[in-house]
Amino acid sequence: MAELAVRVVDVSKAFLIGLQESRRETLGAEILSWFRSPKKNYNNLKRLNTYKHIGDSEDLFWALKNISFELKQGETLGIIGDNGAGKSTLLKIISRITNPTSGYAEVFGRSSSLLEVGTGFNSELTGRENIYLNGTILGMSKKEIDKKFDEIVNFSGVEKFIDTQIKKYSSGMRIRLAFAVAANINTELMIIDEVLSIGDAEFRKKSLSKMIEVANSGTAIILVTHNMLPVQSLCKNTILLDHGRISNYGPTNEIISQYLGNVTKDLTSQTWSMDKAPGSDSIKLLKAEVRPISNLPVIRAGDAFEFEFVLYNLLSEDLNIDITFHLMDEYENLVFIGSTALTNYKYNVKQGYIKSVCRIPANLLNNGKFSITRFFVITGGTKVLYEHRDLLTFEITSDLMYDHGKSGKIDGLLKPHLDWEIHCEEEIEV
Amino acid sequence: MKENVIPKFVIESKRSRGFLDLKELIYYKDLLYFFVLRDITVLYKQTILGILWAILNPLFQMVVFSIIFGKLANVPSDGIPYPIFSFSGILPFNYFSQSLSGASLSLVSSTNIFTKIYFPRILIPLTPVLSKIADFSIAFLILIGMMIFYGIYPSWNLIFLPMLILLMILTSMGIGMWLSSLAIQYRDVKFAMGYVTTLLMYAAPVVFPASLIAEKAGYTVYLLYGLYPMAGVIEGFRSSLLGINPMPWDLISIGFLSAVILFFTGAFYFKRTERIFADVA
Repeated sequence: MAELAVRVVDVSKAFLIGLQESRRETLGAEILSWFRSPKKNYNNLKRLNTYKHIGDSEDLFWALKNISFELKQGETLGIIGDNGAGKSTLLKIISRITNPTSGYAEVFGRSSSLLEVGTGFNSELTGRENIYLNGTILGMSKKEIDKKFDEIVNFSGVEKFIDTQIKKYSSGMRIRLAFAVAANINTELMIIDEVLSIGDAEFRKKSLSKMIEVANSGTAIILVTHNMLPVQSLCKNTILLDHGRISNYGPTNEIISQYLGNVTKDLTSQTWSMDKAPGSDSIKLLKAEVRPISNLPVIRAGDAFEFEFVLYNLLSEDLNIDITFHLMDEYENLVFIGSTALTNYKYNVKQGYIKSVCRIPANLLNNGKFSITRFFVITGGTKVLYEHRDLLTFEITSDLMYDHGKSGKIDGLLKPHLDWEIHCEEEIEV
Repeated sequence: MKENVIPKFVIESKRSRGFLDLKELIYYKDLLYFFVLRDITVLYKQTILGILWAILNPLFQMVVFSIIFGKLANVPSDGIPYPIFSFSGILPFNYFSQSLSGASLSLVSSTNIFTKIYFPRILIPLTPVLSKIADFSIAFLILIGMMIFYGIYPSWNLIFLPMLILLMILTSMGIGMWLSSLAIQYRDVKFAMGYVTTLLMYAAPVVFPASLIAEKAGYTVYLLYGLYPMAGVIEGFRSSLLGINPMPWDLISIGFLSAVILFFTGAFYFKRTERIFADVA
């Protein structure tokens, strides 16, 4: 059995939230209170030490409540959850930055925490000096840094400016240098908070693959993030935190889909009566729906399906309109923009009801969660008459016939029908 | 494999035991070195006069003191020319006051570091106390220059000078640990520091000799005065460098006792409160 890297036992953490200030009614009372307040202020400041006040008042806020989990050496763990779920507080406890109000955590072996890259960077110092400063802050000795120095500089790609003050660096160079130091630490445990989501896309990719390399070398990793991509590619198991409690713990894919499922509930149809319909002076939205074309109750990967939008034109004259929507996947990647403006037709509508149906052809989308995040009615090519956000959310279920493995999903947003041709030839000229 | 035993760290709600984890401090000695190096490197960056400031500040004080206290008020100076008399007090006192103000601000100004990463927090107030030694050494050169100018030579007591310097550092560390820990919890410290250092300056025998206290208030008060460690340090400096009076061992030993108490209580209080630093910062 593998040795433990981290054991967290029944950890809770309380913070004191804003104390209610009593208001003075008169100037006299106000002035009097200034003289009284030093003692009151002292008591308030004293109370910030929450370790002494467990459970004694209503202005305690429990950022974490009874958290327990274990992580073995060499394993990777993701921690996800909404803002304020307690993710960062938990990391700060494991990183020994703050203590729990009750319970305890044990960390076996050296750990390094990257709650931020470039902690302690001083802009007056040169790149070289900052590598040493930041490296020792992260727990390396001077000797270790000496040994890794070239590797760090190479990874950062700022060789030419290594003896330049970093206040002259661009922010990108700073981040690269900072990450290069952090990524070259050798510890048994690495605690990472959001740092994989900084920098440009290319740098994110580079840092993620560096982290995967670190994980493969046997370092245990705890990763906290809002961004699902690094969790998916890096972490075997994931904890979902909700309001300071562990709401679920298990294999990453299951937890993420549960989490995202909670975040976005399916909304396959919306209808409004005329008096409550959203819209503008000229156009109202009465109905939006997504539905399968087949007789099945669900849309399967590769199935054709359709959207229906019912509008009402309030104006007495004819109106030239275009309908446009943005379709996104659950990771908020834009899948495509559907628009009548992309067709060769002009749509002129009279006063009254307008029914529009948009068919999505078969063999296009893979299974997953999709949303119409933006919906526009446009006139005259550019003028937006009405915009509706987060109109529909729906799921495309997996196509059982092509079920690959247990998870039932072949990666990719699309599931196109491709034409293949394979045959043997005697000789091929290349 | 260099080590088979995996170190284990427990993070719990109980306050940390003991007061100084020496093993840990040794592990982080390189960090302390780079912290001090950073402070020294950065201090006079982007100034015109640069390191000259380390000389100008005490020099200017000396001129003002010599005019006001030496010439106008005729404060006695144990028979030494007033400029060098006051400078020999300004030198250790400036180190002391700069260390204290540096230490009192140290935690507050490094919250962005210690709320992001663990390292022994005690390094933070110790850094300014150690980095100010650089300024002290530069200003010391001025004193040597003045001694040559006035033709004053040190006595055999010079061999005790390193010990006095250590006492000065020990005192600054002790009070520095107290102040930094108080300052992060109660920001009042920041506002009080200005007055406190002025007060400490006039309380120390910088502009007057400690012998004046014995003369005016008697030997018991003089001994009590020794509880202020800088009294012994400054008088000791004068004795070893200017060689007029004998070494004031009475002041120094009482001062040493009080410095040791300040150091250990400071370290204890710091350790006791350090777990809430990240929460109150």
